[in-house]
Amino acid sequence: MALRQFGAAAAVTVALALASPAHAVTELQWWHAMTGGNNDVVNKLAEDFNASQTEYKVVPSFKGSYADTMNAGIAAFRAGNAPHIMQVFEVGTATMMSATGAIKPVYQLMKDAGEPFDPKAYLPTITGYYSTSKGEMLSFPFNSSSMVMWINKDELKKAGIAAIPKTWPEVFDAAKKLKAAGHATCGFSNAWATWAHIEQFSAWHNVPIGSKANGLDGFDTVLEFNSPLHVKHLQNLIDLQKDKTYDYSGRANAGEARFGSGECAIFLTSSGYYGTAKGTAKFDFTSAPMPYYPDVAGAPQNSIIGGASLWVMGGKKPEEYKGVAKFFAFLSDTDRQAKLHQESGYLPITKAAYEKTKASGFYEKNPALETPLKELTNKEPTANSRGLRFGNMVQMRDVWAEEIEAALAGKKTAKEALDAAVARGNAMLRTFEKTAK
Amino acid sequence: MEKSVVFNNKLLPYLLLVPQLIITFVFFYWPASQAVWQSFQREDAFGLNTEFVGLENYQSLFAQPEYYASMLTTLIFSSLVAVLSLSIALLFATQADKNLKAAPFYKTFMIWPYAVAPAVAGVLWFFMFHPSLGTLARPLRWMNFDWNPLLNGNHAMILVVMAAVWKQISYNFLFFLAGLQSIPKSVLEAGAIDGAGPMRRFWTIVFPLLSPTTFFLLVVNVVYVFFDTFGIIDAVTGGGPAGTTTTMVYKVYADGRLGGDLGGSAAQSVVLMVIVIALTAIQFRYVERKVQY
Repeated sequence: MALRQFGAAAAVTVALALASPAHAVTELQWWHAMTGGNNDVVNKLAEDFNASQTEYKVVPSFKGSYADTMNAGIAAFRAGNAPHIMQVFEVGTATMMSATGAIKPVYQLMKDAGEPFDPKAYLPTITGYYSTSKGEMLSFPFNSSSMVMWINKDELKKAGIAAIPKTWPEVFDAAKKLKAAGHATCGFSNAWATWAHIEQFSAWHNVPIGSKANGLDGFDTVLEFNSPLHVKHLQNLIDLQKDKTYDYSGRANAGEARFGSGECAIFLTSSGYYGTAKGTAKFDFTSAPMPYYPDVAGAPQNSIIGGASLWVMGGKKPEEYKGVAKFFAFLSDTDRQAKLHQESGYLPITKAAYEKTKASGFYEKNPALETPLKELTNKEPTANSRGLRFGNMVQMRDVWAEEIEAALAGKKTAKEALDAAVARGNAMLRTFEKTAK
Repeated sequence: MEKSVVFNNKLLPYLLLVPQLIITFVFFYWPASQAVWQSFQREDAFGLNTEFVGLENYQSLFAQPEYYASMLTTLIFSSLVAVLSLSIALLFATQADKNLKAAPFYKTFMIWPYAVAPAVAGVLWFFMFHPSLGTLARPLRWMNFDWNPLLNGNHAMILVVMAAVWKQISYNFLFFLAGLQSIPKSVLEAGAIDGAGPMRRFWTIVFPLLSPTTFFLLVVNVVYVFFDTFGIIDAVTGGGPAGTTTTMVYKVYADGRLGGDLGGSAAQSVVLMVIVIALTAIQFRYVERKVQY
């Protein structure tokens, strides 16, 4: 009997001893791809969260480019040691959401953890990209941006262009004037070739990129961006490329430096370019909404987002999930969101943060930061402009870019290039569909 | 009386071979067999669904016109890089082998580029020749030459070839120099006394005596252009424009890592493996006959 009591006491002691590390800090791994000033933002957020409570510790680690981070996370998952939180760029969304079991949907996470969570508090054009068709939020939007047209006001003035161009024909005219005024190598240009001329272009003109609401409603989507409007636009670019009224700047964003250096006075790229522009441009600049073709009924519609969201990986302990949920609630805080938005140039993800920034008069001083928000909320999103979700999207963008490059180099006509991009893309979608079921 | 040492231990030779065998097995046979196995499967990126599909990956691979284009690109790229890097390195090595005052200085500097990682070399060349940012591209533009590797496939190819050659010259240079130094001076002097000029001495004495080195370098260089140049291509052109610099190994990467198509990518690596094995076999079978050891 005494022995049994001793045994019970011992068991309690052992249990207590084992339990006490649980009272110690639970570490939450956060893998991300943020560089430069945005890397500091990530570290600061983690520091602030860690200081705000004692139970959890978020440990951010930089894993390289977006594609590198995603691959590192996938490899880690296969090896059985995935991080808790992984930052994935928007085009990786379909791959992530098809990986049932590898991920923990955010709406589920918040429900399990009992954290207050109202999906309606977030901007629908942002969360729509990361939600199921039923509106269940799968990942937590972190850094979002949209595409805007950056304008070098000094150079436009010098070239005698009175107003910032609004439509594509006006942009072409302005580019010709800029070229005549000394911008011999670049009338206008853009970064992220396919994001600009296929994805955003389609949403902005309310035409489909693919069927099934651009893939949001199912993986059996078929690409459709070889419509006459798309062909016409690419043909215009091909014609202007010949004398560099338009000059191609590559698939990613290395070409942004051409705006900062003053070479290109009109340049379409992400609104997230704001921070860099502020640091490098030695001229008066601003951002304007993307141009549109005025003869397209209903244009402009609304733009779609780019950027990245935070995915929660599957197979972790409940108390760890609780910590992740607390961290997401912390990130959603209105003051914090407003501050993040004003400092980094990325979009606020909650309506309250947007309203607060607006009310503070911030946009009167920094109109360039409101442009993407105006674009995103320009009209109620349609099936063509809610977002897009295509499997294999990372590589598909390269395939589309290859065809655009072939067209701009004069090797293919606009129609041939877009038909080939659609055909090759569809083949990739079918492969993805087979693996994703 | 000759002394001969005989090991009676039957196990010892095998034991001595074990470390090498383990390395070969772990780093070659195991991953290679994995690749073969994976090429018969279809799998999503996370490894959640795996399905045996037989030869389907190969079928769809050989139905892609892009795959044949990448084969042609590889052929052009590898011949250019191998020929240029070998001949330029040989030229440099013969020059550095002369009795120059600053020879050690030249030699050291010639070897340095080899220490640069391929990706870094790629970024370096990318920025030097970026059409609007590059310090070396600007003079080209001033001369009214429309240098544009972002859209012109030939320009992009020239750029990756230059970067890959630049990177490999050091390695080849080092081996050629060592090879040159091992050629006995007396043979050359005898040639000189017989009245052979420098060119004649090079082609009739130096070049044949250097052939083991050249052959070794040929094999190594072919393997280099097939596999190691991937980092350069990734950093300089990303396979573009319009796929004109997508070599076979870059396509393996693009389809597997960017596209998440592991089965298709594995099928390509198997094809690539077969090609390189065949190439090496051919080199040993036919080219090696001409080598004079």
